[in-house]
Amino acid sequence: MTVPQPIAGAQRVGEVVLAVENVSLSFGGVKALVEVSFDVREHEVRAIIGPNGAGKSSMLNVLNGVYHAQKGTIRLRQGAAWREFHDMDSHEAAALGIARTFQNIALFKGMTVLDNIMTGRNLKMRCNFLQQALWAGPAKKEELAHRRAAEEIIDFLEIQHIRKTPVGRLPYGLQKRVELGRALAAEPTLLLLDEPMAGMNLEEKQDMCRFVLDVNDHYGTTIVLIEHDMGVVMDISDRVVVLDYGRRIADGTPDEVRSNQAVIDAYLGVAH
Amino acid sequence: MLYREAGQFKSTYAQDQQIFPILQDRVAIAILLAVAFLLVPAFGNQYWLGAILTPFLIFSLAALGLNILTGYAGQLSLGTAAFMAVGAFMTYNFVLRIPGIPILAAFVLAGLCAAAVGIVFGLPSVRIKGFYLAVATLAAQFFVLWVLQRVGWFSNYSTSGVITAQEIAILGYRFDTPAKKYLLTLAVVAAMALLAKNLMRSETGRAFMAVRDMDVAASVVGIPMMKTKLLAFAISSFYAGVAGALHAFTYLGTVEPEAYSLDLSFRILFMVIIGGVGSILGSFLGAGFIILFPIFLNLASGWVSGLFGVEISFAVVSNLEVIIFGGLIIFFLIAEPHGLARLWQIAKEKLRLWPFPH
Ligand SMILES: Nc1ncnc2c1ncn2[C@@H]1O[C@H](COP(=O)(O)OP(=O)(O)OP(=O)(O)O)[C@@H](O)[C@H]1O
Ligand SMILES: [Mg+2]
Repeated sequence: MTVPQPIAGAQRVGEVVLAVENVSLSFGGVKALVEVSFDVREHEVRAIIGPNGAGKSSMLNVLNGVYHAQKGTIRLRQGAAWREFHDMDSHEAAALGIARTFQNIALFKGMTVLDNIMTGRNLKMRCNFLQQALWAGPAKKEELAHRRAAEEIIDFLEIQHIRKTPVGRLPYGLQKRVELGRALAAEPTLLLLDEPMAGMNLEEKQDMCRFVLDVNDHYGTTIVLIEHDMGVVMDISDRVVVLDYGRRIADGTPDEVRSNQAVIDAYLGVAH
Repeated sequence: MLYREAGQFKSTYAQDQQIFPILQDRVAIAILLAVAFLLVPAFGNQYWLGAILTPFLIFSLAALGLNILTGYAGQLSLGTAAFMAVGAFMTYNFVLRIPGIPILAAFVLAGLCAAAVGIVFGLPSVRIKGFYLAVATLAAQFFVLWVLQRVGWFSNYSTSGVITAQEIAILGYRFDTPAKKYLLTLAVVAAMALLAKNLMRSETGRAFMAVRDMDVAASVVGIPMMKTKLLAFAISSFYAGVAGALHAFTYLGTVEPEAYSLDLSFRILFMVIIGGVGSILGSFLGAGFIILFPIFLNLASGWVSGLFGVEISFAVVSNLEVIIFGGLIIFFLIAEPHGLARLWQIAKEKLRLWPFPH
């Protein structure tokens, strides 16, 4: 029941905390991912880029158990120990501290902004439904404590004015922001963002960039981000992995990736 | 200008999380409860208490139960009447077979039986949704009635499965008049509505709505899908079960399994649709509307025939009733899925601005 506390001091990229090894996923004949491997280091902003249909979203979906890879392993560091998964389950992923946003916003449309963000905290709530129905001491206290934590996120994302608005009535850019809020509410150690800035205007993009960097800076959250806007990717990410037709074609710092011939070819559509 | 929150500042989240954050609402609900508990039983006549208000409260409770499942958790059910039947028949059996059991304990135990049946018939919801789930709950409707008719134990081997509710007494105080039965019903329904409201504004309610709105995202934030859906079935059926117990014990007195037919399940579904899907207040509005509307129509046809000197036959009135209900249900489904409760909310929003247009 802690309010997210900033980790003291600047944190820079640490050890590997997530390793994806030889993951393959196909839908019928469509090979969405072919033997993909890459790793993510603690506190880093890791970008996944690639042309449309490259398998980026599928990769995130495998990471938190929305899709189930046919082959490969995901290894996740928990403190000093490693845990190995062949098949992640989304509930388990959430319990392990993985939160995410979706490419096509997946908010709870009929609920208010505040309630959406509160759902992000559900795993931290301990009272059972009988206590909640009675609204008795502990349930009420718990609800209030989590409300406070949710309000911190609302303040951080500057969405105080819409906290009681059903999200279905909000414009696209704000919905994206609320979805980030719901993910942050879980106080994740690993945050997966699927095109958080897609479809936004310049100002909204700048705000979103600021939020993502702040989260990374302030709470030390490790971030895996899919983004099409190359300017954004080059600006905010530490390392970039490039997918094309489900395969990893490059992996490195933004500068390395930018000058990689395979990447240039993939983006220019050079025939294979 | 009378109805507004201007000047009512909330300085703590606790104040903001009250059920009725606006003073006028708190006053209104206090007056309503005072009237319902004090004035109505003192001055209401037998007909109104026994034949209108008591069933109104009971059907509100059943609609509330269905609303928790369908409106909040998004799982369509056509088995509400069956769960009511379980509540009615099990209360009868608990009172019959456990001498001296307090009636409220029997209601709760019967509600738990209904919840158990609800969980069993809710199991398909883990795999299927929407229309197909509705068909699966239809199985509950037919299976439960079939068992109650076939297995004599449930009706204590009475011919044709009819049961006669035992006398109700709490601590020796007998609830034997319509006014007393009304009061008991009111107390149970008010308490359960409050519990439902609390539950729906807590984590459980949010989990229900999350599963309703977007199930993939719900599991991604860590909401356990199966547990949440089955809990919704359990709680909903518990409410229906207690409503069924009241239906037999404070309203009808004698019931047979056929009273809890698919017809009744649909009536309760209509209450939810007309009153407001996903609204506790709406459950009451919907029940009130469906119970009062035929009475109003009868009165109105009396006035019309009085005014114009034409005789309107009973058949015409009941046909009219069906036509108007059908029309209203289509209207609400298409134009205002949140039903009367939403209309009421819009009216309140207008009132906040009144008398200024903007
Ligand atoms: N649920 C699914 N069923 C069938 N095919 C799928 C499914 N999800 C993804 N695919 C296919 O897998 C491939 C990779 O899709 P994915 O969504 O991962 O691409 P992406 O890199 O995120 O693309 P975009 O930039 O357009 O978002 C595509 O060919 C897509 O059609
Ligand atoms: Mg994608």
